[in-house]
This record gives sequence, C-alpha cells and structure tokens, in this order.
Amino acid sequence: MITLQPRAEPSKLMGFAAPLIALVVTLLAGLVLFALLGVPVGKAFYAFFIEPVSSVYGLSELGVKAAPLIMIAVALSIGYRANVWNIGAEGQLILGGICGGAVALYFYEVEAWYVLPLMITAGMLGGMFWAAIPAFLRTRFNANEILVSLMLTYIAALLLSMLVHGPLRDPDGYNFPESRLFHAAATLPVILEGTRLHIGALVALLLAVGVWVLLSRTLLGFALKVNGSAPRAGLYAGFTQNRLIWFSLLFCGAAAGCAGLFEVAGPIGQLLPNISPGYGFTAIIVAFLGRLHPIGIIFAGLVMALSYLGGESAQISLNLPVAVTGVFQGMLLFFLLAADVLINYRIVWRAKGARV
Amino acid sequence: MSTQTESPDTPLVAMRGITKAYPGCLANDAVDLTLHAGKIHALLGENGAGKSTLVKVLYGLLQADEGHIEWQGEAVNITSPARARELGIALVFQHFSLFDSLSVLENISLGMAVPANRALEEKIVEVSNRYGLPLDPNRQVYTLSVGERQRIEIVRCLLQSPKLLIMDEPTSVLTPQEVNDLFVTLRRLSDEGVAILYISHKLNEIKSLCSEATILRGGKRVATAIPENESTHSLAALMMGSEVVVPARETRHASDKVMLQLSQLSYATTEQHGIPLKDVNLQVHAGEIVGIAGVAGNGQDELMQVLAGEVRLKNPLQLLLEGVDAGSLSPSERRMRGLCCVPEERLGHAAVPSMSLADNAFLTAHYRTGLLTGGLVSQGKTRRFTEQIISKFNVQCNGPASLAASLSGGNLQKFIVGREIEQQPSVFVVSQPTWGVDAGAASAIHQSLQAMANAGTAVLIVSQDIDELMLISDRIAALCAGSLSELYATQGMSVQNLGLLMGGAAIQKEAIA
Repeated sequence: MITLQPRAEPSKLMGFAAPLIALVVTLLAGLVLFALLGVPVGKAFYAFFIEPVSSVYGLSELGVKAAPLIMIAVALSIGYRANVWNIGAEGQLILGGICGGAVALYFYEVEAWYVLPLMITAGMLGGMFWAAIPAFLRTRFNANEILVSLMLTYIAALLLSMLVHGPLRDPDGYNFPESRLFHAAATLPVILEGTRLHIGALVALLLAVGVWVLLSRTLLGFALKVNGSAPRAGLYAGFTQNRLIWFSLLFCGAAAGCAGLFEVAGPIGQLLPNISPGYGFTAIIVAFLGRLHPIGIIFAGLVMALSYLGGESAQISLNLPVAVTGVFQGMLLFFLLAADVLINYRIVWRAKGARV
Repeated sequence: MSTQTESPDTPLVAMRGITKAYPGCLANDAVDLTLHAGKIHALLGENGAGKSTLVKVLYGLLQADEGHIEWQGEAVNITSPARARELGIALVFQHFSLFDSLSVLENISLGMAVPANRALEEKIVEVSNRYGLPLDPNRQVYTLSVGERQRIEIVRCLLQSPKLLIMDEPTSVLTPQEVNDLFVTLRRLSDEGVAILYISHKLNEIKSLCSEATILRGGKRVATAIPENESTHSLAALMMGSEVVVPARETRHASDKVMLQLSQLSYATTEQHGIPLKDVNLQVHAGEIVGIAGVAGNGQDELMQVLAGEVRLKNPLQLLLEGVDAGSLSPSERRMRGLCCVPEERLGHAAVPSMSLADNAFLTAHYRTGLLTGGLVSQGKTRRFTEQIISKFNVQCNGPASLAASLSGGNLQKFIVGREIEQQPSVFVVSQPTWGVDAGAASAIHQSLQAMANAGTAVLIVSQDIDELMLISDRIAALCAGSLSELYATQGMSVQNLGLLMGGAAIQKEAIA
C-alpha cells in the first residue's frame, strides 16, 4: 500500500526536483498522447522538442518567446510571494501594447531617438494603470484581486480590438483591423542580425537579476516575503500591507506593460487585434515552475517558450492542432502541482495492516 | 455503562513498560503509569520529559514501540483516538484543535461526531454553566481568546461523560476563583468515579488537588509520590533533577521617570467580538516591572495592539513615550523610539514559522541594531546577532538557519524574548512571556526580565499567569472587560484580592466611593 507521510520539514531537494519530475512526466504523458493520436512517437518528439532549437534562428526564436514570459513571471513572483494574486498580467500586457503602440502611431511622422523611450514609458504606465485598478479596489474595498485582475483582462482584449477596428486602424489598410506598421525609430533594436531577437531578452535577464537582489537582500523584499507567509507578523513588524499590495501590482503592471510594448514594437511591429498568445497567463505557470525564484524562472521561461515553438512546429510538420501547446502547458502545471506534494510529504511503501 | 465486575483494586488504566523512540531521542523509556477510578493523578515533568508522548500513547495518537496498556484489567490496543473515546478516555489538549472559522457549537459537534442541533446547544450551555465555564455556543472560534478556546475543549470533553479525563495544563488561563471552581468540578467528577490525569507544572495546584503523582524526567519515570507528603521544593527537585533556581523577589527602586503613559485611553475595536478598551490609565516608570493580570478575552489583545502600534489611536496623546505623544506612530517608529513589544501568539505573529531564525531576528531587530546597511540586508551581521541571541538565551536549535516552526514552544519563546531584549528597549511590553514554557525556560525568562528592569528599562507584562506576576512584578493591576483597575504594589497584594480585581470587583468599589 502506498501512503503519504508528512515530512518533519519541507524538503529542499524536492523543491528543486519537483519541476524536473513534472517535466519528465509531462514528456512521457505527451508521448503517450501522440501515440494515441497515431503520430509516430519518435517523429513527434523530434518535431516538438528538437527541431525548434536545432538552428540559430530557432534558438533566437526561443529567446523571443521566453523574454515576455520571463519578464512577466519574475514580476508576478513578487506578488505571489506577498500573497497578492495578480492573474491579469495578460490584460496589463495588452494595455502596455495599446499605450506604447498609440505613442508610436502618434509620432508616425517623427524619426527621432526619443520615440522608443517614450513608447516604453507609455507602455509601462499603461500596464501600471491597468494593475492600479485591482490594487485600488483591493486596498480600498478589500475586493479580491484575482477576480478583478482576471476580468480586466477581457476588457483589455476588447479595448484593443475596438481600437484597431476604429481609431488606430491603418487609414490605407483596406479596412483590415490592424494599425500602420511602426517606423524604424519606433521598433526595437535587434541583438542578433537576421533574427527577431530584440533587446527585450536582455531586459528580461536584467529584470530577473534585479528582482533576485530585491527579494533576497532588500528590506522591501523581506517585507513582501513576511507578508506573504505571516501577515500578522508583518503587521507586528511594521510592514504596511497596503503599500506592499500597491507595489506588487504596480511593479507587475509595469513589467507586463513593457513586455506588451516589446511585442508590438518588436516581433509584431504594429497593433493587431491579438498581440499575445497568452503570455500573461502562461507566465503564471512559468512563475510556479521556476519556484517563484528569478533564476528558476529564467529556465522555466525557456521551457515554456519551447512549448510554443514545439506547438508551432508540430502544427506544420505533423498536422496537429494548435491546441497541442495549451495541452502541454496545462499538463505541466498539473503535474507540477502533483509533484509539489512531495515537498511536504514522502511516499512510503507499506505492507497492508502494518502498524503506523 | 458497563457494570464493574472487577475488584475495586483493579486499576482503571495500567500502562506498563511503555517505550517510544523517535529518531535520535527516546521519548518514553519503560514508563509505568497506573490510574484508579475516582483518583486525581498528577503527571509532572519539564517540557521534553515525555509527558506528551505518554499521553498521546494513552489517547491512541501514537503507538508504543514496547509495553502495553490494560483497561480495567484487560489488555487493550488503543489504535486511535476514536478507540480511546470509545473506552471512555477524554483529553483536553494544551494546544487546541479547533476550526477558527466555525462556531463553538459546530466545533463541538465535529469533535463528537453528533449533529449541531438545538439539543446539543442546550447541553453545551448546561454543562458550561454547571462547571463555571461560560461559553456562547454561537460565537465564531476565531473571535475567542486562548482562554475561551480552552473552555471549548474542556466542555467538549465533559459532554462525553468520560471515565478518564486527561487535562493538559488546564489552569494557566483561569483566575484563582475560577481555578477553585474548576477544582470543585474536578473533585466532583472524581467523586463521581472519574479518573483524572492532571498534567501541570504548578506544584501548589498538584499538592492541593492530586492524590498521587508520577514524575517523569528525560523519558523515564523517576518517582511516584503522594503530593501531600512532599514539599513543592522536593517535587520540583524530583522534576528538574536538581534544586530549582527560583528568582528571588527583588526590590527595585524605580525612578520617577515615566517611560510609558496611557491616559484615558479608549479604543473601540472593529473586530466583531472584540473588547473595547475604556479609559485605561497606566504609568510605567523606568526600572520597574508592572504586571497586568486578567482572564483571556478581557481586552488584552486590544491593549497589545494599541501598544505595539498595530492599530493607531485617533488621539495620539493617549499614549505617551517618555512624555512625548506616540499614539499615532507606526510599529517601526515606536521601535525607533525604544518601545519593543512581544505579542502573545508566537507562531505567525511574533515570528514567521516558515522563515529561519536569522530572518526572524531581522524581522523586528533591524530597526535598532543596524542589520540594514545601505538599504541592503546585512547577512553577516544578522547571523552574528542571531547567534548572540541563541547562545545568550540558551535556545536549543540547529543554528540561525533553522526554521522558527521547528523549535519547541519554550525555545521559540526564549528566542523571541531574547530578540527584543537584545535590542535594548527603553520600554518593553510582553504578553504571556512564559505561556507553555517549561519551568527551566520560564525561570530564565523571568531572570532576564528582572535584569532588564534593574538596568533601567520600563517593563510591562500582560499575563494570565498570576504566580508569574506575583513573583516578578513590582506593581500590579488587572484588566476586566476592557477596564484597567488601579495599580497596587505587588507586595502586600494577596492572590484573593488580585482575583477580585480580575473579576472587576475593584471597579464596583470605586463606583460606590
């Protein structure tokens, strides 16, 4: 008989091992899934996990996808440590894209150095504004930030759709719901010639390091962690809960807004009705897969970016539906949550009827 | 109830040669314990002596590695608490197992696996009235104080009409009068034929209540004694293995300097069943220890929140620190001004359970000890500061990296009190400094509180342990229903008079005068 026995202390080893266990199990389950669909397992494995990263271009694409995931997940992890559950990073990302993109379109005629910094600022402010709504409602009326931030995501998506169908639509675009293409001064510099890898990848790495320092070495980071694990102790020590809620949400809004702006000013180059394949939601999985630790999140971000690329590749070479990406991401989170049980419990094999 | 066919000498319970080992520690080493119906038996021992393990084995929470248990002369295998309850064993835990979000009635119904209906409610009211344990069945548990929560556990046990009632340190939250009432109850129960296993470290209580005592030390039974024939000193010596160092009453000469002053302090809490504080007046001078007695749930929580700055006062002049208004300051600002507080609840309030001791030291100490340099946490300094607390206050742990939750209650309390003392506050407020702490640790904490006062700190102790307050405070008052009595010199104050104050009697006297 298998039983779970509580551990005396949470296992540090399992904290590291659980994501790896989840990855392996996801992989196996994925292969079983492919086999059931009648796809040759070896070919599917190659298409999903090897092909996307077998060229320099493929690797650069991995960076393109991983950058927004890492930026957002790192920022989300701050809130999650402090018990502030921002689920609406997707909406904050879209607002960042809208605001930054609007600046790009406003300066459509201007080819100057200041356009891009202005766009980035506008993008961050847009994301912060969208995150400020749940922050205000939570601190003022104690409204649950999970629901508020999640619902605002759908409003943001509809707002973007309305704008690109209306005021921000390309006047010479034959009524297609998309904006003008941004000029060179309004697009992100590319780091690697011939690819789409933009400075967002560097920003993501810097942000991860910055948040690492913030969480591990500063009073603010300490206060966030205390309030997350024992709010009364935070109150006792004099950490103001509301200030920490505001900080967590605004920081994440800024990061997500910036990531959104990087999408429209980078790989996309214009405003479309749909500017993100759910980065804001996937980043939640990334944050937990990375154990809410900035360095773990970098690796987790790369893994999840691969799931996007693998899904695309599987669509092209195996004729599998696009949903395969979502299935893989969902399985990974599912198995991760299951494997996390091992942090606090150990599995014990026991003959039936034995004494406890 | 089964008719007793055994001879009257057959013990109700006989535990024989109980041995239980944990990894790295032999908690019980061939312990014998015999309980007779109608007798009150004391189980004495310091924390870590193996009392809890023995009780858990008896209650079916743990299985012994060796040894066996006889119930009314027959060998039984108590495999679970349910089996223990079936036999007629009831246990009042020292640490309560209650659901905070449910009502008293619902908690009792869950514990007894009976529906929470009108009949149960009436039974609760009846039992609680009969045994002097006032309890409103419809209150939510989270609104209750520690003392009130304990009443739920006691009532829950009494509802089961047990044959054996195990009580783990039951009197620490009661007034002397209530203790007397409880003792009347326990004696009545024992006259009715119930066996009572009474776990306590209060030697006076054991002497007055119990007819037999088993004393454990280091997992072994060191003696079985008749408390009546022993002095408190000889019992303590048996329990501790050496003569106890009881801090002698010291007479201090407090200075005239008022360090902490509460004047006409009123505070209405927003908590549903909170106790509003009414016109509290209090002065604590440099170099004295002031004790505030009172049964749990009479405004202690509110007073501590107001003092610590967890809630702010609308009128900052109601709380003065060294003569300067401080009622609107945040907890951190108060610390900078020299006021350090220790709340009652250790885990989750005074300390973060999932964080290391070093982090927990940093939690409150960074304001006054320079553990934060240039905006960054200085890990080296924090570790050294933590090691200093650990060695100075003899905290048993695996170093600064061990989690707060991994420490025993007494050790964590020593650590928390040590953390605040090491910050050298000018005003020190502590709630329940020795709640659930063994005699050795309690004595160490008392000594350091006295040393602080001798060095000129104004010390305010809010406690439900009257012995403690009588032992170390210079002046004493009692909190009742949110009102604070006048302060009296502890010398010359009798326990009976203090009990009257705790019941609010002095307030009536004033009203008459």
